[in-house]
Amino acid sequence: MKYALIPLLPFAAFVVIGLFGHWIRERAHWIAVPAVAGSFLLSLSAFADVAQGEPIRLTLYSWITSGSFDVNIGFFIDRLTAAMLLLVTVVSGLVHVYTIGYMEGEPGYPRFFSYIALFTFSMLMLVMADNFLQLYVFWEAVGLCSYLLIGHWYDRKSACDAAVKAFVVNRVGDFGFGLGIMLIFAVFGTLQYDQVFAKAASVAGETINVLKPLGGEWPVGMLTVLCLLLFTGAVGKSAQVPLHVWLPDAMEGPTPISALIHAATMVTAGVFMVARLAPLYNLSPAAMDVVAVTGGLTALFAATIALTQNDIKRVVAYSTVSQLGYMMMACGLGAYAAGIYHLLTHGAFKALLFLCCGSVIIALHHEQDIRRMGGLKAKLPVTYWTFVIGSLALAGFPLTAGFFSKDEILVEAWSGGALGQTLAVVGLATAFLTAFYSFRLVFVAFHGESKVGSGGASGGPPPAGMAPHQAGHIHEPSRTMTIPLMVLAGLAVITGYLGIPEFLAPVLHGPGGAEAGHEAAVPIMVIASIMGLSGIAVAYLFYVRSPQLPERLTQQWRRLYGLSFNKWYVDELYDKAFVRPTVEVAGLLWRRMDVAVIDKAVNGVAAGVALWSRSLRLIQSGEVQHYALGMALGAVVILGVYLLMLQ
Amino acid sequence: MVPLSYYMILSAIVFLTGLVGVLIRRNIIILLLSIELMLNATNINFVAFAYYLNNIAGQVFVFFALTVAAAEVAVGLAIILALYRGKATVNVEDLNMMKW
Repeated sequence: MKYALIPLLPFAAFVVIGLFGHWIRERAHWIAVPAVAGSFLLSLSAFADVAQGEPIRLTLYSWITSGSFDVNIGFFIDRLTAAMLLLVTVVSGLVHVYTIGYMEGEPGYPRFFSYIALFTFSMLMLVMADNFLQLYVFWEAVGLCSYLLIGHWYDRKSACDAAVKAFVVNRVGDFGFGLGIMLIFAVFGTLQYDQVFAKAASVAGETINVLKPLGGEWPVGMLTVLCLLLFTGAVGKSAQVPLHVWLPDAMEGPTPISALIHAATMVTAGVFMVARLAPLYNLSPAAMDVVAVTGGLTALFAATIALTQNDIKRVVAYSTVSQLGYMMMACGLGAYAAGIYHLLTHGAFKALLFLCCGSVIIALHHEQDIRRMGGLKAKLPVTYWTFVIGSLALAGFPLTAGFFSKDEILVEAWSGGALGQTLAVVGLATAFLTAFYSFRLVFVAFHGESKVGSGGASGGPPPAGMAPHQAGHIHEPSRTMTIPLMVLAGLAVITGYLGIPEFLAPVLHGPGGAEAGHEAAVPIMVIASIMGLSGIAVAYLFYVRSPQLPERLTQQWRRLYGLSFNKWYVDELYDKAFVRPTVEVAGLLWRRMDVAVIDKAVNGVAAGVALWSRSLRLIQSGEVQHYALGMALGAVVILGVYLLMLQ
Repeated sequence: MVPLSYYMILSAIVFLTGLVGVLIRRNIIILLLSIELMLNATNINFVAFAYYLNNIAGQVFVFFALTVAAAEVAVGLAIILALYRGKATVNVEDLNMMKW
């Protein structure tokens, strides 16, 4: 029963800070940090329990009982959940500590803490859910929290737009997710995970005619439809192509929240969901292929965009999209354990990278353009070294956590038939790009001449907060910010040595059951290492040895550069295809329908009544004799009627 | 013996005189007098019916009506006096503050 406290502690922190934030003010972290720390300790104990024995099942109370529809609030903690619990509480705890320094003196300090506590609570409930409805509710709740936090600086229009964009794009995916859950109830008559999984095999042969409403005939496997609908939700939440557009814009929020969204909560939910529902996905090869291809496409696509972005957080954001693609790809190929392994190591080093970005941004007074950085290595040594460790892990440098997990995915992919081998090649290409752009950041932002306060390569005006003479005063942020960096840097290395895939393997089976042999393991490992190292080497060549080279290449491949720099024009395409038409139709409905019909009808009724009453009120002359005449005439009429007609 | 209809006709004439007075005169005191005429027209009816039907209740009722009428005149004149102090007029056409 004590494990119920894992989510409830952050929730209590949210309630207390949310209600009394006005009095708590700058002391908000004294409530939030211990709450998350308590969750972490309980998660450790849950982890120990689960590692030794059976999964923990717990029913808190009966939520909805209506006929055959029966939903509980309950927890199901197996090895997968336990690992996720540790990831969420560790990263969230460190982000909480980091926030103390990052948000110091901000007006929304207690509000921020209450929201990240709520965020942590929602994510913990999501991973601990034992039924689909609870999953869905907290799936939406993390979406809501991300909206609130991305829009934390609500007086900035860009932040509000980004928050709305994140919410709306997620809604698109969640629509499919909701349909999927309804279909599950229609097919299985229950929303409990274990009952659904137990019945899943019995409906494997059934089909559903997806063109029935249109009068057509196209039978598709029931489970395929189901898995694809659920996957739509994962595409939205885990920022896969084509719903990836919200994640880079989510950078408008304060940096700790970027770390939280990108590493522990929110985006990992999609990958987690696919792994959790592995028994369903395993029964539908078609759905798994879709998952794998979407993942591979996302990995490569996002990596090409990250190559040319100039905002330090945006590069890291696209790297997240790309790495999420990797995880999806692994899940789609049945290598769930490898996917979750990468999710966990990625959680560590991506949180690290974002928090480093936050340190740089604070040190430079909210400057985010890497062209106006440079030479920060000497001034921010802790940030520099931790950032390098994070980048090495992201680039898959040998013996870092990212190396092991990425390698695991590639090896599994290579043994996955023709599709798997194609995707493994895509993954290797992505690994090269990843190494290149992550070290582009390292070299441009931390090495070379200091360009702080200058116009940078763009020749634009220097930012308002930073005059050139201030460049000498750059220094490391406070201890509350550097300690989380060091802890995460440690995790970014050691998570590779903890035997996570072996730990997860018993609960996450691929469709083939026992794993096939990995005869290609060593060659793949060598190739992956070469890819990573050559990516770093090319970045070194481009940005340290001959800095004029990128400029020349840009001129030469102007077209390609433009595609990457403008993110393949996806935003522009969506704007033309969806946003503009929606706005147009809404405008049309507003003017032609709302104003012209509805408003006219309502106002017309009111005007008609007013017209009548204006003529009728003339009777009220205020002269007593007029009223007396009325009375007399009335009496005459009544008498007349009585005498003439009723007798 | 005078037939009942004579009393009725007399009563109707008095009542109509009062009614017309209320409707067409402008002086508020005349209005009050006209209302008294209407009251007394009904009193004539009461007395006449009481006599013809040999029922004393009608005559008793007249005493009540006269008492009420006296009280009414007292209150009515007081109101007229208060109005006159406030508006300096006894013309009902000038007393139309209660219109739309």
